[in-house]
Amino acid sequence: MSAVIDSHHDDHHHGPAKGLSRWLYTTNHKDIGSMYLWFSLVMLFIGGAMAMVIRAELFEPGSQIVSPEFYNQMVTNHGLIMVFGVIMPAFVGFANWMIPMQIGAPDMALPRLNNLSFWILPVAFGILLSTFFMEGGAPNFGWTFYAPLSTEYAPPTVTFFIFSVHIMGASSIMGSINIITTILNMRAPGMTLMKMPLFVWSWFITAYLLIAVMPVLAGAVTMMLMDIHAGTSFFKAGGGGDPVLFQHIFWFFGHPEVYIMILPAFGIVSHIIETFSRKPIFGYSSMVYAIASIALLSFVVWAHHMFTVGMPIAGELFFMYSTMLIAIPTGVKVFNWLSTMFKGSLTFETPMLFAIAFVALFTIGGLSGIMLAIAPADFQYHDTYFVVAHFHYVLVPGALFSLLAAAYYWIPKWTGKMYDETLGKVHFWMSFISVNLTFFPMHFVGLAGMPRRIPDYAMQFADWNMMVSVGAFLFGISQLLFLFIVLKCIYNGKAATTEVWEGAKDKGFEWTVDSPAPYHTFSSPPSMESLKSSS
Amino acid sequence: MSSDSSYYVPASSRMPIFMAFGLLLFVLGASFTMNNWGEEDSNAHWLLIASFAVIWGTMFFWFGSVIKENDSGMYSGQLNQSFVWGMAWFIFSEVMFFFAFFLALGYVRLFAVPWLGGEGEKAITNILWPGFEAAWPLLVTPDNEQFPGAHHSMSIPAVSKLHTWLPFWNTLCLITSSGTIALAEAGLRKGNRTAFKLWMVATLTLGYVFVFLQGLEYYEAYTHMGLTLGAGIYGTTFFLLTGFHGFHVCLGAIILTIMTIRGFGGAFSDHDHFGLAAGSWYWHFVDVVWILLVLVVYIF
Repeated sequence: MSAVIDSHHDDHHHGPAKGLSRWLYTTNHKDIGSMYLWFSLVMLFIGGAMAMVIRAELFEPGSQIVSPEFYNQMVTNHGLIMVFGVIMPAFVGFANWMIPMQIGAPDMALPRLNNLSFWILPVAFGILLSTFFMEGGAPNFGWTFYAPLSTEYAPPTVTFFIFSVHIMGASSIMGSINIITTILNMRAPGMTLMKMPLFVWSWFITAYLLIAVMPVLAGAVTMMLMDIHAGTSFFKAGGGGDPVLFQHIFWFFGHPEVYIMILPAFGIVSHIIETFSRKPIFGYSSMVYAIASIALLSFVVWAHHMFTVGMPIAGELFFMYSTMLIAIPTGVKVFNWLSTMFKGSLTFETPMLFAIAFVALFTIGGLSGIMLAIAPADFQYHDTYFVVAHFHYVLVPGALFSLLAAAYYWIPKWTGKMYDETLGKVHFWMSFISVNLTFFPMHFVGLAGMPRRIPDYAMQFADWNMMVSVGAFLFGISQLLFLFIVLKCIYNGKAATTEVWEGAKDKGFEWTVDSPAPYHTFSSPPSMESLKSSS
Repeated sequence: MSSDSSYYVPASSRMPIFMAFGLLLFVLGASFTMNNWGEEDSNAHWLLIASFAVIWGTMFFWFGSVIKENDSGMYSGQLNQSFVWGMAWFIFSEVMFFFAFFLALGYVRLFAVPWLGGEGEKAITNILWPGFEAAWPLLVTPDNEQFPGAHHSMSIPAVSKLHTWLPFWNTLCLITSSGTIALAEAGLRKGNRTAFKLWMVATLTLGYVFVFLQGLEYYEAYTHMGLTLGAGIYGTTFFLLTGFHGFHVCLGAIILTIMTIRGFGGAFSDHDHFGLAAGSWYWHFVDVVWILLVLVVYIF
C-alpha cells in the first residue's frame, strides 16, 4: 500500500510503476509535474488553433471564414483555455517539479491530493470543449463572461461551462493548498523563509492569492447558476440586483488572477538571470517584498477594469491611484533584474534570451498598463485593441516566454539531456520577431479605435491587421518548433551534467542532484551546507 | 535528526482518479439535470445519483486508508503538521467563498438598491421603474411582475417577541455547540472518554436542531411569507447566504457524526485525534459565519 523511504536502499526499489497505471495512480511530484506540463502544452496548441481561426477571420475586413457566432465562441474559448488551461497549469507543473527539489523536500506535502488536483483538470476542459458539439454551441460571452450576456442571453451550454469553472477552481485551490503546505512545512532544515529560492517565494504568494480568489470566482459562477436556473436576481435590476455586481465580483477575482499568471514568472526569470549573469540576484529581499506588495495591492485595484461602467468619481480616482501604485514594486523588480545583469559575466543561452526578452517586453506591457490605469484616458482605450495589445504583451512575451525559458532552463535536469541549442535560438528569434509583429500593431489600431471581440473591422485597419495575422501564424508555427525541440531533447539529446549551467552551482538544491533527477529526489533532508560547499 | 528526518511518501493510489471520475459524473449529471429540468424523459438525475455514490464511496476508502496508515504509525510529526496546514488553508478558502456572497449583499444594500431608488447625482435608473422606492429589506422590487417580492422579512422583531423568532434559537444552538465541542475535545485530551462522548452527542444534537429549525424557517418563508428564491434580491441574498451556510452546517454535522461514531468505536487518543480537531475547527468556522450572517442578514 505505502512505503516509508528511510534509506537509500529502499529508494531504488521504489521506482515508477509501469504503463498507464503509473500516470493514473501516481503520487510522485515529478510525474504529476510532467502531466501538468504536457497537459498545458496540448492546451496551448488547442487554444492556439483557436487564435489562428481568429486571425484568419481578421486577415481581411469583411466576413471571411467563420460565422460571427462561431467567432464569439473562438474568442471566448481561446481566452478561457489560455488562462485556465495553459498558463496556470504550466506554472503549477513547474511548481510540482521544482519546489520540492528547490527546498529539499522528498515530494509535495499531500501527494494524493496532488494527483487529484491534476486529474480533474482534463475533466474540466473535456467538458468545456465538449460544449462545441452540443446544441446552442460553446460559450460565446467572452472569457470574462459578463452578466447578462452569460445568464439571460447565454446558450444552454453555460451550465456545463459553470460547472467546469467550478472544477478548474477546485483544482487550483487543492493545488495551492498543497504548494503552500509544502513550502511552509517541508523545507530542509536551515532554509529559513528569507533563504528560499525566489521561484519558491513567488509561488508561496501566488498560492495564497489563488486560495483567496478562486473561491470568489466559484461564488460568481454559482450566482450565475442560480440566476439562470433558480430564478434569483443577483444580476437582474428588475429584482433589485445589478449586472454591474457581476463585474465587481468577477474582477475581485480577476485582478489577483492576472498576478497569479505573472508572479511565478518573476521567480523563474530571477533564477535564469542570476544564473546566466553568474551573480547572485540583486536585492533578494526587495524582490520578495515587491512580490508581496504586488499581491496585496492586487486586491484593491479591481475596478480599473470597469472605469466606463458608471462608477462614482471617488471610485474612479481610488482605483486609478491604487493601480498606479503597482508600478512601484514592479519597477523595483525590473531594475533589480537589470542590476543583476550589470557587470555580470553574461552568456546568452536560450533560457537567458527568453528571460531578457521577458524583461523588455513585459515592461512594454506594464507601461501600456499604466496608460490604461489613467481613468480619463481609459475612456478612450476601453474595449479597443489597445487593451488586447496590453494584456497579450504581459501574457505572451510575459508569462508564456517565462514558461518557455523555464522549460529550456530545467529540461536538462528533468531528462538528463541537453536540448539543441541552435534550434533553441532559432525558436527564440522566431518567437521574438513574430510576437512583436503580432501584438505591437494592435496598439496602433486600438488607439485608432478598433473595437475588440468583433469579427469585422473598418477598412482603415486592414493593413495593420494583415500584418498582425501574418505575425500570429508565424508565432503559431514557431511553437511547433518548440514541440520538436522538446521531443528531440527527450529522445536524442546529449547527456547533461549535474550542474547543467556553469552559473547554476550555488543557486539551489536542484543543481546538486543528478541529471536526470532521481525518481525520489531526497530520502532525508539535505543540509544547507551541501549548497554552500559546492560553490 | 532521528525518526523525523526520514520522509514518508505514500505509494501510488487509485483513490484520486476515482474521485476525478466521480466529479466528471457529477458535472455531467448536474448540468444535464438542470438543463433538462421538467422534461419527463430525462434520466440525467441517475447520473447525479451515481456520482454521489462514487464520490462518497471514494471518500470512505480514501479516509479509511489514511486512518489505517496513521494507526500503523507511518506518519511523522511533520506529516501531521501538513494536515494541519492543509485544513487551515482549506477553511480560509471557504471563508473567501462566503466573502463573495457577503460582498454581493453589501454591494446590493449600499449601492445597487439605493441607485435604483434614484440616489446619486446622475441616477437615471428610476426612469425605468418610476415610483420605485429603495428600502431594505426590499419587499417591493422594481419589477414586481417578474420578481413578486415578499409579504414579510426575516428581520429581528421587537425584543418581547424574540422567543418566537427562529434565528434567535438557531444562534443559541450554534454558539452553544461551539462550546460543547470544545468541551468534548478537552475531555479527550484529558483522557476522559465519557465526557468526550457525552459532549459530542450534545454538539450533534444542537447541530441537528439547527438544521431542523432552518428547514422550518424555509418552510415558513415559502408557505406564509411569500419569501422565495424568485422574490427579488432580498429573497436571493437571504436564501443563498443562509442556504450555503446551512449546507456547510450539514457537512460539518456529517463530519462530526462520523467522528462521534469513530469515537464510540474507540478511535482517537489524547494526543492523536486530528480528524476530530479538523472537524471541530470546521464547526467553529460555520459558527463564526453564522454570527456575521445574523448581523448583516437578520439584524442590521
